[in-house]
Amino acid sequence: MANTWKSLTALGHEEAQVVAIGPYQITERCDVVLASLALRRGQDAAFAAAAHKLGLPLPSASTHAAGPVFSAFWATPEMWFVEADFASHEDIVAHLKPAFGEAASITEQTDAWVRFDVTGAPLAALFERLTNLDLSSLPDGFASRTVIEHLGVYLIRRSASAVVLYGPRSSAQGLLHALEVTAKSVI
Amino acid sequence: MKQSNRISGGQIDRSTSLHFTFDGRSYLGHAGDTLASALLANGVRLMGRSFKYHRPRGPLSAGSEEPNALVHLRTGARQEPNTRATVAELFDGLHATSQNAWPSLRFDSMAINDRLNSFFTAGFYYKTFMWPAAFWEKIYEPIIRRAAGLGALSKEEDPDEYDKGFLHCDILVIGAGPAGLMAALTAGRAGARVILADEDFRMGGRLNAETYEVGGMAGADWASAAVAELMSMPHVRLMLRTTIVGAFDHGIYSAVERVSDHLAVPAAGKPRQTLWRIYSKRAILAGGATERPIAFENNDRPGIMLAGAVRAYANRWGVAAGDRVAIFTNNDDGLRTARDLQAKGVDVAAVIDSRQGGDLLAGIRHLQGAQVIDSSGRLGLRSVTVRLASGATETISCSALGVSGGWNPNVNITSHHRSRPEWRSDIAAFVPGAGGPAGLTAAGAASGALSTHGALATGQAQALAALADLGKAATAGELPRAEDAPIAISPLWYVHEGKGRAWIDQQNDVTVKDVKLAHQENFTAVEHLKRYTTLGMATDQGKTGNVLGIAIMAELTGQSIPATGTTIYRPPYTPVAMGALAGRSRGREFKPFRLTPSHKWAAEQGAVFVEVGNWLRTQWVPKAGETTWRESVDREVLATRRSVGICDVTTLGKIDIQGTDAGAFLDKVYANTFSTLAVGKCRYGLMLREDGIVFDDGTTARMGPHEYVMTTTTANAVTVFRHLEYCRQVLWPDLDVQIISTTEAWAQFSVAGPNARRLLQKIVDQDISDAAFPYMGAGNITIGGLRGRLFRISFSGELAYEIAVPTRYGDAMIRKLMAAGAEFDAIVYGTEALGVMRIEKGHVAGGELNGQSTALNMGLGKMVSKKKDSIGMVLSQREGMNRDDGYRLVGVKPVDPKGSISAGSHFMEIGAPVELASDGGWLTSKVFSPHLGCDIALGYLKAGDQKIGRKMRAVNFLTKTDTIVEIVSPHFFDPEGERLRG
Amino acid sequence: MIINHPILGPRDAQEFVYLGDANLINRPDGMTAGIEAFHDYLYNRDNPAGAHRELWYHEQGDRSWLVVTRNTLTHEILKVELARDVAKAQGRSK
Repeated sequence: MANTWKSLTALGHEEAQVVAIGPYQITERCDVVLASLALRRGQDAAFAAAAHKLGLPLPSASTHAAGPVFSAFWATPEMWFVEADFASHEDIVAHLKPAFGEAASITEQTDAWVRFDVTGAPLAALFERLTNLDLSSLPDGFASRTVIEHLGVYLIRRSASAVVLYGPRSSAQGLLHALEVTAKSVI
Repeated sequence: MKQSNRISGGQIDRSTSLHFTFDGRSYLGHAGDTLASALLANGVRLMGRSFKYHRPRGPLSAGSEEPNALVHLRTGARQEPNTRATVAELFDGLHATSQNAWPSLRFDSMAINDRLNSFFTAGFYYKTFMWPAAFWEKIYEPIIRRAAGLGALSKEEDPDEYDKGFLHCDILVIGAGPAGLMAALTAGRAGARVILADEDFRMGGRLNAETYEVGGMAGADWASAAVAELMSMPHVRLMLRTTIVGAFDHGIYSAVERVSDHLAVPAAGKPRQTLWRIYSKRAILAGGATERPIAFENNDRPGIMLAGAVRAYANRWGVAAGDRVAIFTNNDDGLRTARDLQAKGVDVAAVIDSRQGGDLLAGIRHLQGAQVIDSSGRLGLRSVTVRLASGATETISCSALGVSGGWNPNVNITSHHRSRPEWRSDIAAFVPGAGGPAGLTAAGAASGALSTHGALATGQAQALAALADLGKAATAGELPRAEDAPIAISPLWYVHEGKGRAWIDQQNDVTVKDVKLAHQENFTAVEHLKRYTTLGMATDQGKTGNVLGIAIMAELTGQSIPATGTTIYRPPYTPVAMGALAGRSRGREFKPFRLTPSHKWAAEQGAVFVEVGNWLRTQWVPKAGETTWRESVDREVLATRRSVGICDVTTLGKIDIQGTDAGAFLDKVYANTFSTLAVGKCRYGLMLREDGIVFDDGTTARMGPHEYVMTTTTANAVTVFRHLEYCRQVLWPDLDVQIISTTEAWAQFSVAGPNARRLLQKIVDQDISDAAFPYMGAGNITIGGLRGRLFRISFSGELAYEIAVPTRYGDAMIRKLMAAGAEFDAIVYGTEALGVMRIEKGHVAGGELNGQSTALNMGLGKMVSKKKDSIGMVLSQREGMNRDDGYRLVGVKPVDPKGSISAGSHFMEIGAPVELASDGGWLTSKVFSPHLGCDIALGYLKAGDQKIGRKMRAVNFLTKTDTIVEIVSPHFFDPEGERLRG
Repeated sequence: MIINHPILGPRDAQEFVYLGDANLINRPDGMTAGIEAFHDYLYNRDNPAGAHRELWYHEQGDRSWLVVTRNTLTHEILKVELARDVAKAQGRSK
């Protein structure tokens, strides 16, 4: 059921924020939903079948894969994060549960995270000051949890000039601040 | 002032003049100068006073090993003490002052210490300031602190930013002299990812300070060409002004890049320095070598320098160390300095060569078999006294003396994992020993290859070896031609003649006599020698003096130098500013805050926030007219108990636990049982550690047959999750259970008070009457169509619920709750009121969950089920933890309602002496209860359950309170729990 | 230190939390073993100068518990395994 509630973004605004620093753009994204999707013991076949039916990719470790409706990245053995469009899939668990039934444990994660898309220029010089991941030598589609200024963050490399970050929502301002000051120090 | 000692040549930009001041006087230098080279060019030799004797000192070296020329750089908040003038890059407007001298560098009152030197020998402080012990703090320490030390801190906050970062490479090359450049070229040409780091602001190392050719061109030009080639390779990163300060495990090195130290003020947004963590697969140490002096009487006067430094000032900076220079050497490298000075037209007074035989220098007075035995000149060298081979003495006038006692390879980093260097007698020096950091090899002078050819050849060879290790094909290209002269050293550590002081370690004022005294008093082991004499301590860590001290001790003990050994080198290689280590993590940016979903709303209300972990939580919300926090808190408590109060409880840890074995899993991690919990209900759970001590508590709800939601305390959210993963993966790996944190996914509010249900029923779409949603009920609901969760649980003892919505709607939720609550005079209460209400109810929290207390201590012993195996169940049954006279949770209130009690007070029987033996336990948490109109507290009291009604003393020496209290039940308010079931 | 994670490859030890001796895997059954057995399990540990099997948790990574065999003298890491695999191989189940 659609609701008429007003939401605030993780940064505390009514609209998603875009910050430009030099060639870099940091874009807050509120239009993607997230759920954790975990395989239940011995349900491998049913789990795979349900994912296949939904067109939901189940990428291997350290990888993000895009699908037509659902995209996913690997989180931990036998668990993935599933992404989908907010407007059409706000209650993402309700969309996934009927397909997976008792083959999966599914938990809404949308608002546990703040998502920032960092784009605009080659990002290695920026991210070498933020994370110990070797961004320049990682393949596109690489996804991993890492630490940025004390915060546990999922980093997805879309290209050499596009990175997606999922950080803890309650520290959205802190994470943005880290990105901003670091960007200013390298431009 | 004119640059009276500036001579031709050098890698300075004479077209750029830079103004600077030293001790208030203005000077000119050039781009490419260091502060030391510019001062020397201006004829300034006196740059500091020594640590202990306040002896006048000038620079000994031309590099980072400098012990003497330490200055305050900059002014105000940016003033930095102990800056080595020999590496401080000159910039326009540079402002330096001398340190450790008062009232001035030329007339230092503390120089009286020099006259009293016979008192200040090694061990002086140990022997003098021994007793009485009471004198230490008030008398001795202030005296020592005033007299000792070098520079002073500004005591202002550092205005600059410091950054950090992470770099990755195949091969890290440390040092960009001939060996490092050759290694980097070899590795770079083979396509390896290379980082080449050098502490200097110009790459080339000694090639910049020498005159010989490499590959048919000037060495410095070859270095420039090599750098240009390396810069053209995208996979090679050149890092100037970057010191590798430590070697850590598995190829990790730390590096400090001085990004802006050569600027008056960093550019906007740029850091002053960056601390890099470098991940390397292989590393090559090409850090060169450091020259060492020969000790003789009064060898510390300004103007007496290392010969290689004299040569570097002449060749690289176009500076003559003096108008008339003498050389004292025990090896051929000293002769090179004389030849280079001669070629530059500097007056070479004499070369005093301790060796006999060999070719004589042409056109220079070359005194073989001679030694310098003394010097003169109060604030700077005027002459040296020489014992000639004939036995006669001669005084030779000179304003500078270059001393060469041989070169010590810079083995420092190879010893960071405890590897001990090995002695090589042919060069009379220690070289890297076996067992150094895995993946690290040494090349060039650092490995003992002291010639230029040796540097190039070993640089190439080590790069090829590293490439082969990494499976990268490479061919050995032709090496550029370069000199390959042996150093031809005949060791001479100190001149035996003379009764005065001969300095070994100039920074710590350690003399040959001190080493002899240490030997005499049996501090012969090198580690003892170091601590007894302070040899090798402080900012330079004995880079020039250590080997001298070891050699002298070896001579005194009759042991060989290798048998005498070296002290352990540890990071950092050169001093590192605290700011660089802190990076951005200081002040407000120490750690990121976490904001609750209602933060914006609370800030609008003027809420006072408190840091809880990293969360900012509402502590209380002052209303107009309230002047003390207690007024606000009392009002929040009374309003909640009278009608309804709302509190953001999002910070409590929430963990989603699913799977067909979720119930069985919870039975193992909780002391009580959860598998039997009905769907749609929740239960208070107690989690133990395996040793039987309470770990955490919280309420866990069963949302479906295979779906639970656990809550943890705010403080333990992370550690409980870690523990659950441990239980799931390590202890019971076949359980079908999946977990994920949902702490931040839901904005959760406690709604408490007699009107809580009436308020919530206005906004919740489902029936939440007592019948439909009884005490300890839990379930999914909708609120105006929005998915949410409702739990009927209470921490306050009131009829209470926790209601949750997706976090993005948390702000709307608090506004909706307040609007719906207006008719009930709903208020928001903060953590203080929360604390008052939980203590009124006798609920345990942080003060009681102290990592030392059992369920039995807390009065919850019956919760530990023995019908099932759970973490901590067995060991909680240990005899010592089940004594009848063990601690029990009790309530406490003062007998006189006006009496004040404080957390941390200890219980004593009335009449018993106030001493440890009478200690009966302690108060864990205390608040003022507006309902009881007095302080109330919880505490752990020995056999407390048997002492209800007893009067005791609560004594606290820290808060100076000593109050007669009554021991009561911890349930102060509504002990039957009628309100929460209402 | 670098821990070569069996799934993720080399990762900085800073991302991990250290627990201790991997013998913690061998938890006795609380319904049959007594206090003595649990006391031994929890408190009696070897402290070898050399190879040591340890439990590490990849808290800032994929949340895997690992068994890391590490030389306590040199810090050389000889082997890294998923603790779940080790536990199952040692007969642990539910």
